[in-house]
Amino acid sequence: MPADATTTNHAAGGVKPTRGGDHASSGTEGLGAAVSLVEVVKKYGSTTVLHGVTLELQPGELVCLLGPSGCGKTTALRCLAGLEEVSGGAVLIGGEDVSAVPVNKRDIGMVFQAYSLFPHLTVAKNVAFGLERRGVPRAARDTRVEDSLRVVGLEGFEDRFPHQLSGGQQQRVALARALVTRPKALLLDEPLSALDAKVRVRLREQIRAIVTELGITTVFVTHDQEEALAISDRVAVMNGGRIEQLGTPEELYRKPATPFVANFVGLSNRLRGVVQADGVLVHGRVLPVGSLDGASVGDEVMAFVRPEHVRVERVGGAGAGSGGAGGALAGDGHGMPGTVVSSGFLGSLRRTVVKLEVDAAGGSEEIAVQHGADDDYEPGEAVILTVAPEPVALQKV
Amino acid sequence: MSRNLSVGTAPRPWLRRLILALVTVLFLFPLLGMLEFTLRQTGGGYGLEHWQALFDPENARKYRAMFRGLGNSLLLALLVLVIVLVLIFPTIVLVHLKFPRLQRGLDLLTILPIAIPAIVMVVGFAPVYRWIGKNISSETWPLFLAYGVLVLPFAYRAIATDLNGVDARTLSEAARSLGANWFTVLLRVIAPNVRRGLLNASLLTIAIVLGEFTVSSLLSRRTFQVGLLQLNQTDPFGAVAMSLLSLIVIFALLVLVGVLTGKPRKVRGGRGAGGAGGVGGAGGAQVAVSPVAPALPGVPVGAAVPDSGPHAGPGPASLPETPHPGGAAAGPASPKEGPHAR
Repeated sequence: MPADATTTNHAAGGVKPTRGGDHASSGTEGLGAAVSLVEVVKKYGSTTVLHGVTLELQPGELVCLLGPSGCGKTTALRCLAGLEEVSGGAVLIGGEDVSAVPVNKRDIGMVFQAYSLFPHLTVAKNVAFGLERRGVPRAARDTRVEDSLRVVGLEGFEDRFPHQLSGGQQQRVALARALVTRPKALLLDEPLSALDAKVRVRLREQIRAIVTELGITTVFVTHDQEEALAISDRVAVMNGGRIEQLGTPEELYRKPATPFVANFVGLSNRLRGVVQADGVLVHGRVLPVGSLDGASVGDEVMAFVRPEHVRVERVGGAGAGSGGAGGALAGDGHGMPGTVVSSGFLGSLRRTVVKLEVDAAGGSEEIAVQHGADDDYEPGEAVILTVAPEPVALQKV
Repeated sequence: MSRNLSVGTAPRPWLRRLILALVTVLFLFPLLGMLEFTLRQTGGGYGLEHWQALFDPENARKYRAMFRGLGNSLLLALLVLVIVLVLIFPTIVLVHLKFPRLQRGLDLLTILPIAIPAIVMVVGFAPVYRWIGKNISSETWPLFLAYGVLVLPFAYRAIATDLNGVDARTLSEAARSLGANWFTVLLRVIAPNVRRGLLNASLLTIAIVLGEFTVSSLLSRRTFQVGLLQLNQTDPFGAVAMSLLSLIVIFALLVLVGVLTGKPRKVRGGRGAGGAGGVGGAGGAQVAVSPVAPALPGVPVGAAVPDSGPHAGPGPASLPETPHPGGAAAGPASPKEGPHAR
């Protein structure tokens, strides 16, 4: 198995040499050790939830498990934590097989989706709980609790009870509680999903900063792609109990390995076409593509096109669209005529949905385009769409 | 009318007061009847003669059997409490966390002691206690095994109701991930959060054990109720006075539980002072089980509290996210400041 990362399904992308990687090379005592899932299978009765998941994290790395509900991401995390017994395969923490080690002896820190602070204990006692279990002397315990609360920006909150804190503050205390024992790995199970949008963004940035500072190996489970892309060194996209793709956020977005990833990560338009020697024939127009991804000439495919890779232009007028699209314009013979269905203002940009006239029989297909907020289109307006030669993925149909 | 009774509309203040007054009278009436009875003097008129006689050393012989029964019942209450806290409580938590599929079965199982008539249970217990009497002890204390069965439905519901209001799974998993073993999870995490249920269960246990008559009488064991019955045959005034006294003690315990657990707790899941496990909730309703059956044969008043069931005594009715110091915007502290500085 390569040292950087592998999955059973796809070769892993490169690992960012930054963040935890710096700590890894220093060999300092107490650094987050590598965490691995090796061909992990999890079954509930006759139902298999994880189908041989393999994932390896470098010391100090933050990897997100991303996927829709029921894809197995939380189960994988719980197997890693020891909250679920694996049905097959192995879990390694710090190079040691801990598959049969109970959760309380795995030396991990965990933050849960639900608020998990002990309601009857103050913030300080919550944070000190793990240290008490490890027999840390009172004086050292108090110092570490104080330091840990300072790290999450909650000094002065020691004597409050959980019900006196907001949701975001509770999760920060939970983070402090998980970190104060200096665990080998930090496991976060959708810790932000119960929080409102602004707090989520602020807290995820704080989590990213803290784990980077501490160099702790972190697994973060989320179903929020934006969250995953924003904070991860790498993202493992899961589907149906398998890892569909493991790679950096950029790789996932720019080079999705499967149609599922293309669909799940970012917005995609799906255009049906036939592979030609010079591109994909879509609705009578040949779209230049960057790579055929193994498809052969004549294959029927579904091309996944990002909204920002489509340029929209008024018939006979000025156009708008992704500045970087660089697609052939209507005048080049690649433009697709269509009619604006709707145009929505999204703040810094605008998303316009255009109905393509695809065939003489009256069939039609809608495609979303993202462009500058200043270009407004009225429903019913005739436009020309041009696709940049970067369909994000091709799927044989 | 429809406006007054519409969903979500509270009864008007005068209606609330009327209902409260009616309920108070309903509960106080038999108690006042008992009090009146105990205040009747032998030579006519009212006085404290019978109450004073209870604590008069000269009457020690007369009341010896009853006080001995009271001592036995208190010992039994203690032993049954141990069963509740050491056996029943961990079992409920175990089923709740590890075997939730067994929950329904346990629910049904714990109803059986209520559903099965006491006489039938005694028939079942008899050979067991015959053997215990021959081989272990013929004293009263082995009765705690039978009483453990009798209190099971009440203790189970008081604890389970409270436990259902706590996210016990997440709390236990959080504690486990922090290095706690199951014993610590039970003692330090779960128990404090179902304190109300445990207190209610304990109170119910004491009340039921002190009020139990059928099993102990038919198995020929000396308990408080058996002693009261014997006393009633010679001194009905003293027997009713003792019944009233024990009711007052139980009422005081009830108030104590209310005070100890009455502080609202804002726990996720909407628990509070009026929560399901509260004194006024499901568990609390059961607290009204009579510890003693105050109405004894020949005594003109009924029970002060609702019938405690087939095992009752010998009576006829028997914050927003706020800025914080060094807050999120400032980012984490320097690694040199934190405990994890490398």
